[in-house]
Amino acid sequence: MPAYLKLDHIDKSFTRAGVTSEVLRDVNLVINAGEYLSIIGHSGCGKSTLLNLIAGLTQVSAGAVLMEDREVNAPGPERAVVFQNHSLLPWLSVYDNVRLAVDKVFSGVKTKAERHDWIVHNLDLVQMGHARDKRPGEISGGMKQRVGIARALAMEPKILLLDEPFGALDALTRARLQDSVMDIHARLKNTMIMITHDVDEAVLLSDRIVMMTNGPSATIGEVLAVPLSRPRRRLDLVSDPRYIAAREAVLRFLYERHKLMEAA
Amino acid sequence: MAAPALKIAAASAADPAKTPAAPVVALPQRKAVPAAGRLAKKASTIAAAVLPPLVVVVALMLIWQLAANRPGATLPAPSVIWAESKDLILEPFFVAGPQDIGLGWRVLTSLQRVAIGFGLAAVAGVLVGAIIGQSVWAMRGLDPVFQVLRTVPPLAWLPISLAAFRDANPSAIFVIFITSVWPILINTAVGIRNIPADYQNVAKVLRLNAIEYFFKIMVPSAAPYIFTGLRIGIGLSWLAIVAAEMLTGGVGIGFFIWDAWNSSKLSDIIVALLYIGIVGFALDRLVAAVGSVVTRGTLAS
Repeated sequence: MPAYLKLDHIDKSFTRAGVTSEVLRDVNLVINAGEYLSIIGHSGCGKSTLLNLIAGLTQVSAGAVLMEDREVNAPGPERAVVFQNHSLLPWLSVYDNVRLAVDKVFSGVKTKAERHDWIVHNLDLVQMGHARDKRPGEISGGMKQRVGIARALAMEPKILLLDEPFGALDALTRARLQDSVMDIHARLKNTMIMITHDVDEAVLLSDRIVMMTNGPSATIGEVLAVPLSRPRRRLDLVSDPRYIAAREAVLRFLYERHKLMEAA
Repeated sequence: MAAPALKIAAASAADPAKTPAAPVVALPQRKAVPAAGRLAKKASTIAAAVLPPLVVVVALMLIWQLAANRPGATLPAPSVIWAESKDLILEPFFVAGPQDIGLGWRVLTSLQRVAIGFGLAAVAGVLVGAIIGQSVWAMRGLDPVFQVLRTVPPLAWLPISLAAFRDANPSAIFVIFITSVWPILINTAVGIRNIPADYQNVAKVLRLNAIEYFFKIMVPSAAPYIFTGLRIGIGLSWLAIVAAEMLTGGVGIGFFIWDAWNSSKLSDIIVALLYIGIVGFALDRLVAAVGSVVTRGTLAS
């Protein structure tokens, strides 16, 4: 059986004004269907670049992103992205933002009524059904991010890519949204890849944590499996020795072996 | 303004308060006060907007009247204008002959030309601006050319357009077009270049095609810029039409001024200036109002 998603010897370099800088070197990873994977690393380690490569928003310099043995080199709705700053279109209502995606992806497949139900269903899934006629400017940051997740889920993606989805939120909103995402993952059993720089978030949510070395020429330093059963509850985990051990392993990787060597 | 209205409301609510059941009177009172208060508030806002310009206009008229009443004054005083040209002011839409029509008709004729020229400029400006905004090479190639062309004064285009079209009306429309197209085009291009990368990524993930991208992302996202351009463009159109009509003739408001000058009707000219100013102001407000409706929510993130 072919791997669900395979990153095969990926190199990525950018050339700007004649200067070539290598961001990623020789990244290899196999991701299984239904898995929740986090990618963690210091700023500038190329984790967002890696996510963009999987999304197809940027192209690999060498190697390949393979999805069920077929190369991925353009974006598409089967790899939906939840952007860091929600990226909702401010001139559309919450409903219309999701509708834009649903109409595009399911135009030939679902009838108008089915599409409407599907939009409402996805908004309800992220508990945003009540605000469907509001515009993004009228709702809070956490709500916007929920709508962003609803829009991505509404594309019925094979893989959901989350680019620091909770980075811009306050701690309490973030915790609530993390619970929502865990709940959605448990229900839909879809594959999720999340970029984060929050160690607790990575351990709480992930089946495996991919730890990146520092750039330039970053690569995967270590992959840590998180052996915690689901459903996971935040409070129960605080004193769970496996949780503490996983957390310590990530912290040691980030702050002992791959400490960021710069003033900032 | 607000104080007396509040007193009236309180007085009308005081009558039922004489009955012993105190909690019953509370409701009508609470309803009456905000309604009257709102009305008073509205009246005071309108007064605040209308009174200052009114005072200024009256003061200016007085100064003008005094200045033009001195012996040797070359321009007519407001009282003289009223005496000589009040038919033009009071009856904008009279028709007394082929060349003797009210200023309202003349303004409408000019507006028709502006509508055609400006409409063409809006369509062409947004389309070409969209192309330039998207393509770095089109921008590099065309931007310097446009920057030079846009500084050419409207009337400088007139001889060339007369030579090309051999008719006054299309020439006037062309002058409108060529004057107003640049700000629309350049603002659209800037607006398109400033579309956030996030929106472009959303479009890519959804695989929007070029037409969907144009209507669903590009135009709404660039709308505030486009409307800035349209607003500058309509102002320039109105500037250009008056000048162009002075030279091309016909029935427009511009030619009316030229005609009045040739027959030494200074009062008529001043009335025509007022018409032009008010219509120009209305046009600007119209485009601004359409813009604020269309771009509602676009700037909020």
